Amino acid sequence: MVGLRLVNISKAAVKKRILKNVSLEVADKEFFVATGPPGAGKTTLLKIIAGLIAPDEGAVYIGDRMVNTVPAGERDVGMVFEVPPLYPNRTGFQNIAFPLEIQKMNADTIRGRVEEVAELLQITHLLDRKPTTYSGGELQRVALARVLVRKPRILLLDEPLKNLDAKIRERTRVELKRLQREFGITMVFSTHDQLEATAVGDRIAVINEGVIEQTGTPQELYNSPKTVFAARFVGSPTMNLTECALKQVGERWVLDASDFNIDLPTLAHEIEREAIASELLLGIRPEDVILLNSPESGRCFEGKVELIQNFGDERVVTTRVGKTSLNSLTGKERVFTYGQKVYVKFNEEKAHLFYKKTGISVM
Amino acid sequence: MAKLVVKKLRKLFGTFEAVKDVSFQVEEKETLCLLGPSGCGKTTTLRMIAGLEVPTSGEILVDGVLVNDVPPQKRQIGLVFQDYAIFPHLSVFENIAYGLKVRKMPDAQIKTKVHETASLVDVESILDVPGKKLGLSEMQRVAIGRSIALDPKLLLLDEPLSNIDAKARERMRAELGKLQKEIGIATVYVTHDQLEAMTLADRIAVMRNGLIEQIGTTSEIYDNARTLFVANFIGSPSMNLIDCELVYGQECAVLKSGDFTFDVTELAKRIGEKPRGKQLVLGMRPENISLNVEKTNPEAMEAEVQLVEPVGAKSIYHIKIAGVTVLAKGYAMPGVNIGSRVWATFNRDKLHLFDKETEEGII
Repeated sequence: MVGLRLVNISKAAVKKRILKNVSLEVADKEFFVATGPPGAGKTTLLKIIAGLIAPDEGAVYIGDRMVNTVPAGERDVGMVFEVPPLYPNRTGFQNIAFPLEIQKMNADTIRGRVEEVAELLQITHLLDRKPTTYSGGELQRVALARVLVRKPRILLLDEPLKNLDAKIRERTRVELKRLQREFGITMVFSTHDQLEATAVGDRIAVINEGVIEQTGTPQELYNSPKTVFAARFVGSPTMNLTECALKQVGERWVLDASDFNIDLPTLAHEIEREAIASELLLGIRPEDVILLNSPESGRCFEGKVELIQNFGDERVVTTRVGKTSLNSLTGKERVFTYGQKVYVKFNEEKAHLFYKKTGISVM
Repeated sequence: MAKLVVKKLRKLFGTFEAVKDVSFQVEEKETLCLLGPSGCGKTTTLRMIAGLEVPTSGEILVDGVLVNDVPPQKRQIGLVFQDYAIFPHLSVFENIAYGLKVRKMPDAQIKTKVHETASLVDVESILDVPGKKLGLSEMQRVAIGRSIALDPKLLLLDEPLSNIDAKARERMRAELGKLQKEIGIATVYVTHDQLEAMTLADRIAVMRNGLIEQIGTTSEIYDNARTLFVANFIGSPSMNLIDCELVYGQECAVLKSGDFTFDVTELAKRIGEKPRGKQLVLGMRPENISLNVEKTNPEAMEAEVQLVEPVGAKSIYHIKIAGVTVLAKGYAMPGVNIGSRVWATFNRDKLHLFDKETEEGII
């Protein structure tokens, strides 16, 4: 069942188009994430769904109903903002109860609903206190409760974790995911943090300058990026990308990146005619760049360790091969020193290939 | 000789003791990171070193010289602020030359020095560009260039990456790391982001409530956290911490938390020798819990998957073992999803044990 559908949504501001032909479909009870760098158009997208901004073109459907002309208050959509506006002079309880009071619900029902949602969000102890005494995380949870208490059909969260400390952010994102499943809410969540996006999202749209680059599950985005932008945006450390050319060497097709080369992955064989004349970008994820202490039979390339970053459970080692810097992810057991000579080998079958001009995947 | 020595530093703001008793040294070419949550005293410590705050007591020595009474501009310390504070209307050249002009260096000499510095921080090609037209990573390089042009003995960086979105931060972290290696100036770096500290520092001082809780190399801090606070603060996702008691059976000893038990017979002697309270906390990092769909070893514990967070090639699995929820991180297991049965094995070489009351590490 479709929870939400956008068809060719466009929106422009003065001298600038914010969204260009955005279409997407969110299934009922799905956790959908819009991710992209600041300024990509994520907040505008959410506001259009909520009815706070009208699109210049395109249609918004909630379920089967086109809601373009339905005012925000009647869309059955709840939205939580980055900085949640709570009434400072009212207690947590009064803040959460407020939307129900407007609906003229009776006091007992309101009390029941507020207590239920407070328990779920573990904020019962905050109900008697005022927002000025809350921490950032508590503020977010109370704001979330105020929206959830209405039991909206679709819940929109605009960068809800952005202002929280790293540790609280980690915990809150798990709570949100649990909550979404338990309540069976259709959720659209925006974040600039790709790790957060893949961690919580059932499906994710990667947005860049108002255009959806790719929509897919976390695995699809990570394993089969369709554009250079998506490839670069998803995954940390970032995918290594190098210019290369497709060349025939005897019987073999080789991707020549001047400082190193690999065999053309089997997957890409069918397209070689078109690709041969094009400028290409070769993409290799850091875990597919293998560092050896001594040369091995087969193809490997000499390089020098340029930077070592300790990630705790793993290391990111940057190696200079000719004029190219390559990041590789290695286990923490391996010890490297600056300037050390190493040999680089690739998981060639895992390589990605893009047309440089269009940024679109060759595979 | 150490570049910077901080001895028994203390700072009172009225009756609030922001820094209680802080001592550490920074060696030549070393980067030391002051890491901790907001309010731990890290920024106050940095500001005292820079000369922007007067210590209540304690000593600060730069190159062996006591600088407590030396005004900030004469301490030969370079300070890079969070927002970089680039003059928007001045060109990159003028920004870097600014401090030199203030010091009344002759023009010819300034020119040589700016070019020398610009080449080090890689801004030679943009010397004519005005500050307001710079990108973030250029601003970072110019800000550092402006500081090092004055040949400081010590460089202080105050959360330089904290206002930047996740993806750009990753890139700038690596750039900053390379730059530090090239410049080779002793550096004190302040951050609340444990990953930033891990990847950029040689050594980390973890601060809490105005005191240094533990100081050591990044690996020491990560692998041998001496207190519960450090164990919990360092690493993402956080270390699993399970409240438990040590229970002796006939010829065996187990850590017990409700129905959850973990055999520690081999370690019982070591644990027994340490003074400790009754309540203990078992610590195990997520990457040290391996999961398998079958029972591949006798120690494996049956578990149910409650949540999966895909993060690139790896996933974080939230699993429940005998009523206890823990996180395990490893390569994504196709087919394993919410509700799946898996077998979890704790790597006993990586076991941490803390006294719950004193929060001190036992093993």
